[in-house]
Amino acid sequence: MKIVVCIKQVPAKDAPLVITEGGWIRETDIGFEMNEPDSFALEEALRLKEKHTGEVIAVSMGPERVKQTIKEALAKGADRAVHIADDKAHMLDPLGAAKSLAAAIEREKPDLVLTGLQSDDQGFGQTGVLLADRLGLPHATLIMQIAVEGDHLRVKRELEAGWFQWVELPLPAVLTIQSGINKVRYATLKGIMAAKKKEIATISRESLGISHEPTQRIERIYVPTKTKKTEFLTGTPKEAAAKLLEKLRHEARVL
Amino acid sequence: MNILLITEQREGKWNKTSFETLVAAQQIAGETNSRLAAVVIGKGVATLAGEIAATKLNEVLLVEHDLVAAYTPDGYTLALQQVIARTKPDLILLPHTYQVRDFAPKLAASLGKGMIGDCIAYRHENGKLTFVRQMFQGKTVADVVFEGASPWFATFQAGAFRADLVAQGASKAPVTPVLVDFNAAQIRTKPLEIFREAKQAVDLTQAPILVSVGRGIKAPENIPMAEKLAHLLGGELAASRPICDEGWLPMDRQIGSSGQTVSPKLYLALGISGAIQHVVGMKGSRTIVAINKDQNAPIFEVADYGIVGDLFEIVPALTEELEKTKST
Repeated sequence: MKIVVCIKQVPAKDAPLVITEGGWIRETDIGFEMNEPDSFALEEALRLKEKHTGEVIAVSMGPERVKQTIKEALAKGADRAVHIADDKAHMLDPLGAAKSLAAAIEREKPDLVLTGLQSDDQGFGQTGVLLADRLGLPHATLIMQIAVEGDHLRVKRELEAGWFQWVELPLPAVLTIQSGINKVRYATLKGIMAAKKKEIATISRESLGISHEPTQRIERIYVPTKTKKTEFLTGTPKEAAAKLLEKLRHEARVL
Repeated sequence: MNILLITEQREGKWNKTSFETLVAAQQIAGETNSRLAAVVIGKGVATLAGEIAATKLNEVLLVEHDLVAAYTPDGYTLALQQVIARTKPDLILLPHTYQVRDFAPKLAASLGKGMIGDCIAYRHENGKLTFVRQMFQGKTVADVVFEGASPWFATFQAGAFRADLVAQGASKAPVTPVLVDFNAAQIRTKPLEIFREAKQAVDLTQAPILVSVGRGIKAPENIPMAEKLAHLLGGELAASRPICDEGWLPMDRQIGSSGQTVSPKLYLALGISGAIQHVVGMKGSRTIVAINKDQNAPIFEVADYGIVGDLFEIVPALTEELEKTKST
């Protein structure tokens, strides 16, 4: 089974964000990491390969720095990787990003394409579905379980409020993976060493020859204005705790 | 402008967020002098069409077909493409549900158009519509505008508008059946049974007080500390999704868009950053307390009381205070 998994590199969860002109953030001095939802997709791809044999190809788009995340995927067990190089990838709208990824993935002729359900940075949550449309493949989203049954898949899709649904779809297909589907592995030292010999094919996004007129534009990003006035309680932990209980008892009257 | 609202139902029951998005659609229609039509799609859903026709709308479009009786992304896309071709809307609004996430980007892309998803608000200024959505897990918000020719697609997050503000119509809107034509061979996915995993062991919606833990709790061995606090307060223990994903607490303790939606009198968030997926499940709580080491954590935007600090120092202090007052 040939599986492509799309992984995005995003600012680290605790990175202090400084907003810049043009609807983005200052990238210097902050750490980046693999988009957490994509790490579940990668893990699922590796497990499918272990069960059914085949190949896992990690695909990531972005500037040079995303190679670090690609290497992490290779260290965890992906066989090789494709890096779509573009310093301005964050400026793409969801359709533009999906068109670019689709152009690179199409060449691989995969049996299965996996993505996380959304990214922790822009959070469009559209890439997987748009990829399926561009690749002309069927899809299912928010998947919690995958069974390969011959030439088709049987997947468990998460609905809202604790409901699920089984869905069957033919291969090749695109799935977006719900976070929590599996326990993500850590890279082993052996895996890290092995990754050094694995291939990362870099192609510039420009060379893919995508024609795309943006469908939307981020005018600016900013820190949200508070909808509620938060009363901050200060002091030593003991003082703050005492103040809080006092407030909850006598002001909010909830205790 | 022509505005089209696409509502959501399953097995003849509304997804309630349809009415929140109806409120947004009515407001935008009012401010832009637009015509508003609502689509009800399914099989045997004429009653629902009749219900929504009582609200302030110009028209209800009833789309019924055997192949949309059960939802599939292909079936919904094919049917709605035809509705759009027939009615030529400029702006298409949908609630940001799991089902909409599954087909709406595809529907938009199939027309070469884009979708601004998961919006929390809009602004109409100088004849221009701007949509507001969160980025970086709620740490920032973005103003987003459409580029290029209509139709434009936008979805609104659950809780962004209040369903109790739906305007009723002076008279019933006409219900117009829209015939759509496609065949079973065009539908590639096969929807099977819909089921619940297990009976929900705890019904957190009934708990008056919830102590909820997030990533800040760091390790499963720290959870009893929060549990003790919950018990001293007479409440239940809850969690954000990552904690349940890790298996530190069962899934039925999860609050948020994929878990339970609660509105207790007191919600105490311990080490929860406040990603939108969590906040939509608890922002209706009467009093919200957040304890977090990061003073910029988005959870403080919805908190009534906040303590910026180390929860491993503050929670024991709270516990100690509560035990002291209990014993006196």
